[in-house]
Amino acid sequence: MTASANPLYRLVAALVLSVIVIVLDQRTPWAEPVRHVLAYLTAPIHYVAYLPVDSGQWLTEQAQSRSSLMEENQRLQRQSLILEQKVQRLAVLEAENVRLRELLNSSADLDANVLVAEIIGVDPDPNRQELVINKGTGSDVFRGQAVLDAQGLIGQVVDAGPLSSRVLLLTDASHAMSVQVNRNGVRAVLAGNGQTGLRLLYVPDTADIREGDLLTTSGLAGRFPPGYPVARVTEVYHDPGQPFARVVAEPSAQLQRSRHFLLLFPPPREELDASIWDESMDISADALHAAQRLGQPASPAMQEER
Amino acid sequence: MARAPVVPLVVVWLSLIFALCLQVMPLADGWQVFRPEWIGLMLIYWCMQAPDRVGVFHGFVFGLLMDLIEGTALGQHALIFSILTFLAALVYPRFRAYSLVQQSVLVLVLLGLAQLIEQWLRTLTGVFSIHLSFLIPSLVSAFLWPWLSTMFKAIERRMANA
Repeated sequence: MTASANPLYRLVAALVLSVIVIVLDQRTPWAEPVRHVLAYLTAPIHYVAYLPVDSGQWLTEQAQSRSSLMEENQRLQRQSLILEQKVQRLAVLEAENVRLRELLNSSADLDANVLVAEIIGVDPDPNRQELVINKGTGSDVFRGQAVLDAQGLIGQVVDAGPLSSRVLLLTDASHAMSVQVNRNGVRAVLAGNGQTGLRLLYVPDTADIREGDLLTTSGLAGRFPPGYPVARVTEVYHDPGQPFARVVAEPSAQLQRSRHFLLLFPPPREELDASIWDESMDISADALHAAQRLGQPASPAMQEER
Repeated sequence: MARAPVVPLVVVWLSLIFALCLQVMPLADGWQVFRPEWIGLMLIYWCMQAPDRVGVFHGFVFGLLMDLIEGTALGQHALIFSILTFLAALVYPRFRAYSLVQQSVLVLVLLGLAQLIEQWLRTLTGVFSIHLSFLIPSLVSAFLWPWLSTMFKAIERRMANA
């Protein structure tokens, strides 16, 4: 049989080919369109793999008793009443906020559009925290888009395929973002710890951060829109032997339990004033936006907790 | 030597795709480390069952699919599964002579090697920390091997008779 000589050549060919593909994928942007086309092939596999979970959920929904459904209905009605009452006040506050901003001659915060997406898969690898959702570039999803659930930020889109996209969770070890403390506006870098928690990096021992503080997106770097809740500080520990304080936080969003997510579309950028913008300045528009935002007296989210 | 009835390639592909589905099936938190290497097991099985038709090429193609599904660096699993199928072809003659328990041990070695290479590639292509729990899937897979191979052989025989 010639099978003994053949596999070696094939192995060498396969090895060379895969090394080339790895290098192309990691170091150049050329593999992106290929991945995009091939994603049509693999999207059905995600759907099929999630089928048992889906049908299980469908069964439990079907098997719910009338009394528990009625109970849930009443609870939701109460909740919607409370929320509606809050929204009434919000409309007045928003209008007032816009007027005040106009008085101060600063830019207005626009409402962001959202798109609802559903989870269709989780990353099988225990060392990475990623989700697959059922919306892709067909629904204008883009790379770097912020993903929320009802309670707070979940993560960001890292790979947008045509029919589905991958979302990197906040708690992944490779994820870090800029946040600020809602109470006093102190800014810090929030990184995932690879499990279910988060930690604040490079916090000086003197920084005013306490247990229970709400951390919100700061809007710096232009990746996440400002003012969305991200996490709550659960532990602050000052070790005299360490240069920085150890601050542990817990995500506000239900990372492991949510099934529906909101994809956030940022409002269209307003034009910068010509007097501020000067071509000779070596500053990006993003940095200017961030600086402008910081220059504003206080964002509405900051006053929320007072 | 009495050759086993020839299995249509479509069946091989379907079973491998099914293994891919099992590979990404959501599991409860904390159980993910115990997920068997379904696709690796399936590839080894077909390498032993139809060595002249399933080999490095199948490993490469299904490795690429795996990369797309898991979102890892394109080519990473392709490389691992190419090596896995090559090793399987290499040990094929003695594998057939082994008892089920000996086969399990060999499967453990093969999949353990594959997992080790995966860990190396991962540290190359991304931020990652190594710990020994990466060997658990190959242990679970080796434990499952006797049942899996017996079941598939029974199914094959039934299909051949029908």
